[in-house]
Amino acid sequence: MLDVCGLENAEALFGHLPEAVRLKRPLALERGASEYEIIEYFRDRASENGAEYASFLGAGVYHHYRPVLVDTVVSRGEFLTAYTPYQAEISQGTLTTIFEFQTMICQLTGMDVANASMYDGSTAVPEAAMMAARITGKGGILAARSVHPEYRAVLATYARYEGLNIQEFGYSAESGQIDLEDLDRRLNELTAAVIIQSPNFFGIVEKVKAAADLAHRRGALLIVIFTEAVSLGILEPAAEADIIAGELQSFAIAPSYGGPYAGVIATKEKYVRQMPGRLVGETRDTHGNRAFCLTLSTREQHIRREKATSNICTNQALIALMANVFMTVYGKQGLRELALQNLSKARYLAGKLKPRFTGPFFNEFVALTNGRSPDAVNKALLRKKIIGGLPLGRFYPELSGSVLLCATEMNRREQMDSLAEAFQ
Amino acid sequence: MIKKVRSHLSQNETLLFERSSPGKRGYQLPELDVPVVDPADALGAENVRAEIRDFPEVSEVEAIRHFTRLSTWNYAIDHGMYPLGSCTMKYNPRVNELVARMEGLAWAHPYQPEVLAQGAMEIMARLETALAEITGMDAVTLQPAAGAHGELTGILLVRAFLERRGNPRKKILIPDSAHGTNPATAAIAGYAVENLRSSERGVLDVGTLENVVTEDVAALMVTNPNTLGVFEDNIIHVAEILHRKGALLYMDGANMNALVGIARPGDFGVDVMHLNLHKTFSTPHGGGGPGGGPVAVKKELEPFLPIPRLKRSGRKWTWNYRRKLSIGRVRAFYGNFGVLVRALAYILAHGGEGLRNATVDAVLNANYVRKRLEPYYDLPYKLPNMHEVVFSDDRQAARGVRTGDIAKRLIDYGFHPYTVSFPLIVRGAMMIEPTETESKLELDQFIDAMISIAEEVESDPELVKTAPHGTRISRVDEVTAARRPVLRWKPCCCDATAR
Repeated sequence: MLDVCGLENAEALFGHLPEAVRLKRPLALERGASEYEIIEYFRDRASENGAEYASFLGAGVYHHYRPVLVDTVVSRGEFLTAYTPYQAEISQGTLTTIFEFQTMICQLTGMDVANASMYDGSTAVPEAAMMAARITGKGGILAARSVHPEYRAVLATYARYEGLNIQEFGYSAESGQIDLEDLDRRLNELTAAVIIQSPNFFGIVEKVKAAADLAHRRGALLIVIFTEAVSLGILEPAAEADIIAGELQSFAIAPSYGGPYAGVIATKEKYVRQMPGRLVGETRDTHGNRAFCLTLSTREQHIRREKATSNICTNQALIALMANVFMTVYGKQGLRELALQNLSKARYLAGKLKPRFTGPFFNEFVALTNGRSPDAVNKALLRKKIIGGLPLGRFYPELSGSVLLCATEMNRREQMDSLAEAFQ
Repeated sequence: MIKKVRSHLSQNETLLFERSSPGKRGYQLPELDVPVVDPADALGAENVRAEIRDFPEVSEVEAIRHFTRLSTWNYAIDHGMYPLGSCTMKYNPRVNELVARMEGLAWAHPYQPEVLAQGAMEIMARLETALAEITGMDAVTLQPAAGAHGELTGILLVRAFLERRGNPRKKILIPDSAHGTNPATAAIAGYAVENLRSSERGVLDVGTLENVVTEDVAALMVTNPNTLGVFEDNIIHVAEILHRKGALLYMDGANMNALVGIARPGDFGVDVMHLNLHKTFSTPHGGGGPGGGPVAVKKELEPFLPIPRLKRSGRKWTWNYRRKLSIGRVRAFYGNFGVLVRALAYILAHGGEGLRNATVDAVLNANYVRKRLEPYYDLPYKLPNMHEVVFSDDRQAARGVRTGDIAKRLIDYGFHPYTVSFPLIVRGAMMIEPTETESKLELDQFIDAMISIAEEVESDPELVKTAPHGTRISRVDEVTAARRPVLRWKPCCCDATAR
């Protein structure tokens, strides 16, 4: 090959680089490791992460069983090692699964259209807010304090230079649901969108209809966020919302210390051209066969450049495929049964503890720690090989005497009994 | 002659919804060990949905056949070469998949106590250190989820840094050869975009740059090697021009596969850059993600990096949230950890020497393709190339055949097309990046295919213009797809001709 190139040796390939840019020493990295050594290194690191503990953490990331079929499918090289499906003729596999994904997200959320995925739930929030600003031509965003605190932090980062003015509104100290009076007071003609989460960060089902009424009366859109997708198996979808943005981690996506997950945005048909992210549409080939292709790409950065709806390019396709397989395996009955199990487990656990709020909750709730510090309770639990709930003082100083607990189908009754004892 | 492939039968398959029938199921939940709750009681009847209308109902074997059949309709790296320029489609080692799925890593919750997350944090710290060494930069954040997300983080860092110095400035300069994400990112960060024309040689023009760099310019976003595969040989001078006026140099690391172990951006004046772990560091592309877009910076920008930051405290790692100059969070939690694990596994497997060897092979492969195809295709820019080469369809266009047609014909020869019509500065661009993955055997087959197509353009242009001919479906009607978008399945749209 060097001969064909007319080169003496491989170093000559770089002969044209200016001397001053060349690295004149080897990279200070260890020598290459064998497959066995690599596995050993990661096995050692994995063993430092408490895999043998039972966990009651939720707060945006949930422990749900991952059906075996999920990894079987996503491990197929044809899905795993394929590129973004720009070449429709040799990408019908990926394109078809994305079309099915978009359909199932619509069926779950009650929206008309859904995109092919966003990075995660947190980044879907500012994307939804920017979308609302484009639709309404306004810049005011009212975000509920009961939206995931880290999602609100991401919104603040994005909003700073986007001309968005973010304000927060409160929650009822009794029910844990949004404070409708506070929302009503803050709404005005400059409000582009109201953002709420349901179930909210405290696990409580929100008053979506009432929020939608208030927002729409002032010409604002309603954006509804979800972090616990399994709840959609049993909860009435927020069909009154204009945009739904959510996180699908619950659908067979491993917690994986925070990612990769898959976010999604769904909306009404009339807003589709303002929606960010890739979309797959159905069409025909020249012989009349059904075919799928990426479409409406004039919204996207590779065509519109600085006028695009978003800068997103690579998204979370393979992770969305995990969610797709999960939805397929559980299906219509299974997702409901799974949601019912979660609901029942969380009720059982809450029955043994003191919930902080009265609003209806799905599989998480805020529990008081009976005057003891949440850290002390959690420390005692660690001795029983249990990871307790998330102490809330870190995000909500007014809730410093409480923890956010989650119970899923993976938490057994005796674990819950054992956890409850530590609260006594 | 087509040697690499011949046709075989592939299974037809309907959409899930069309093979669904009531009562079928593919799951089995354990028996509930607590009393079952009445959802209407627990949630209020108004909050409980009646059903998920039209949601699929299939058996387990139907589910696996469904997805397996669909998978066979895809081309993938595991099938063969993917010469997509600037996408760096290299082999995805399977050991990376195995380690990312280890229970202690895959099931780690982002909020579990730090004492029970030391292994995950150590992996992240080690990757940060390795990437800093590879790029020659001082600090790295692993938070961004993909390249464009890294760009946004990087430009927000530029903005915060300049703001702190008194003036965020107004403009970002972007060469006309840049990826579309660059201008889109600058706009989201609140900057105006000024396009920079490349010189006739295909690199940045220092004279032009001198004239446009004013006190209004926040940064130049440059891809190096650029999207022609050419190393910006004036890069040190470019950095000086910017720095003299108080502006910063941002590097898009999409083409870092040409530099690892050979040259370090930190050594040639770059202030902030992002990497694409799903390109240079072999994490799988997965049909469009997930990726990883770490951002590396010089020490002046370190105080502005997103929170939280890893910090060594005695003998353990901890997350530090108390950084008052930070731009804040760009996403929840700490990054696409599972992708980070895979990238570190790749780096460990190669070591310093192995990484450099990979770069040498990638550049050699591109030069070999260039030399062999130059007699057949027009090469608009003649500078030496690094890891990719850009031809134009100039000669073939005379016969009415365009880059997109040649790309489609490549499919019939058993290859994924190269990158079509990009960069925009080359008319009818054909951008080819073989990566180090390909053997001479695979490269020769690709080259033979390209030569054969060049001959077909002369002898039978229609054959090329109507390609592909051997695929399950022929060219699709993208115009109707965009004009009358059908973005979801609906029961009423079920069409018998689709089978």
